[in-house]
Amino acid sequence: MSNSGSPCNAQPSLGSVPQHGQPLWLLAELTYKCPLQCPYCANPLDFANRTEELTTQQWLDVFAQARELGAAQLGFSGGEPLVRQDLVELIGGARELGYYTNLITSGVGLNERKIGDFHDAGLDHIQVSFQAADPEVNNMLAGSGKAFRQKLAMAKEVKAQGYPMVLNFVTHRHNIDQIDRIIELCVELQADYVELATCQYYGWAYENRNDLLPTRAQLERAERITNEYRDRLAKEGNPIKIIFVTPDYYEERPKGCMNGWGQVFLTITPDGTALPCHSARMLPIEFPNVREQSIEQIWNQSNGFNHFRGYEWMKEPCASCDEKEKDFGGCRCQAFMMTGDANNTDPVCSKSPHHDLILNARQAAESAEHTEPVFRNERNSRVFCKG
Amino acid sequence: MTSAQQASSEIDTSLIPTLNTMFRMQWEKAQDCYVLLYPEGMVKLNGAAGEILAQVDGQRSVADIIAVLQAKFPDAEGIDGDILHFLGEAREQLWITL
Repeated sequence: MSNSGSPCNAQPSLGSVPQHGQPLWLLAELTYKCPLQCPYCANPLDFANRTEELTTQQWLDVFAQARELGAAQLGFSGGEPLVRQDLVELIGGARELGYYTNLITSGVGLNERKIGDFHDAGLDHIQVSFQAADPEVNNMLAGSGKAFRQKLAMAKEVKAQGYPMVLNFVTHRHNIDQIDRIIELCVELQADYVELATCQYYGWAYENRNDLLPTRAQLERAERITNEYRDRLAKEGNPIKIIFVTPDYYEERPKGCMNGWGQVFLTITPDGTALPCHSARMLPIEFPNVREQSIEQIWNQSNGFNHFRGYEWMKEPCASCDEKEKDFGGCRCQAFMMTGDANNTDPVCSKSPHHDLILNARQAAESAEHTEPVFRNERNSRVFCKG
Repeated sequence: MTSAQQASSEIDTSLIPTLNTMFRMQWEKAQDCYVLLYPEGMVKLNGAAGEILAQVDGQRSVADIIAVLQAKFPDAEGIDGDILHFLGEAREQLWITL
């Protein structure tokens, strides 16, 4: 790999073979509507202004085009994808095209009949997200009183109907100390995979960062307990896989975000805007829309997708860094949110001149007092719409 | 000796391997290979692994699979050992029950 000939600036020509990867992972954000109000939601702050949604036929067309380009995994996400009345049809269409179909849901709005209908339509997997292992914290965070009981019932039903099941817990300072109870709940529910995914500070979570970021001590304790459970469960012959994701705020090098810009992931938002990751909408870059361009044009030729491909765009310290091919300079959204320039090094990197922003956030976590989070709902979104 | 080799030496060839419900196997044109798909992930299988797993249909025994592949690749020597080794590894990865 060299710095020269970056596909970033290459003029597209017919018959040229793209140097970047294939969009193996297609994330279909079917709607921004959601019955929950999680304060760490990754949806845009101004979602209330974005009410347009692609039609059934437009979605099916997107699935077919992306499949041609190599997409194999399809995630139905949102918002809450169950809100879409045509979900069975979309699942059926996707499965017929050969996708491995994943439903990423809060479980609210799910019932036994729907789980069966989705199965008949060819749904491969259901991921149920939890907010915490006990009803009180779960309901506080979800902004809903009944959510926890409903989630438990649905997780059991998903398993009973023979699906592989991934349980996803977004961890943060309010639930990370219950990690033992979270893991025990997952074992009890017979989850196949457990994602203990630390909160990523984008969208609503960035607004609520001071209320969500755990302390280093909390994090280290949780990781130690998780490792103890892993060893114990493996010895017992339990095949459950537990994935623990540490927040990059406690790293000294940034994550290789999305495995590289426009290399693997393709997100389509409810209104058809195509993004290289689900947070990228915040960037001051024009992104293409599937109603105006084909997926092939979007993936291979659009300025939005070519913007951060290769290494030409990098500034120092990334440009001359020997780790740039490993982490691609980190996350463009994080660089933009925190430094105001998306071309900057991700401040998570200790080589970044803006690394003090991360150090300050860690410091604030040590002293943070509990404040009321800004819940992700329409009323609060309208405040952001007004700016 | 790796644990997969140990595992393969214990395989009873009259058993019928089945693909675990967590996985779906299919030919991917864009990858030009067989793949195993599972929740939010994909394993690309190399040529030999793909040929062997493609025979795992919940009907054929290990002995049947060896016979089918020996007939398909008559020039490949010691293919039975390779097949047993791979099936041991696939069992260890929890791709198949055997």
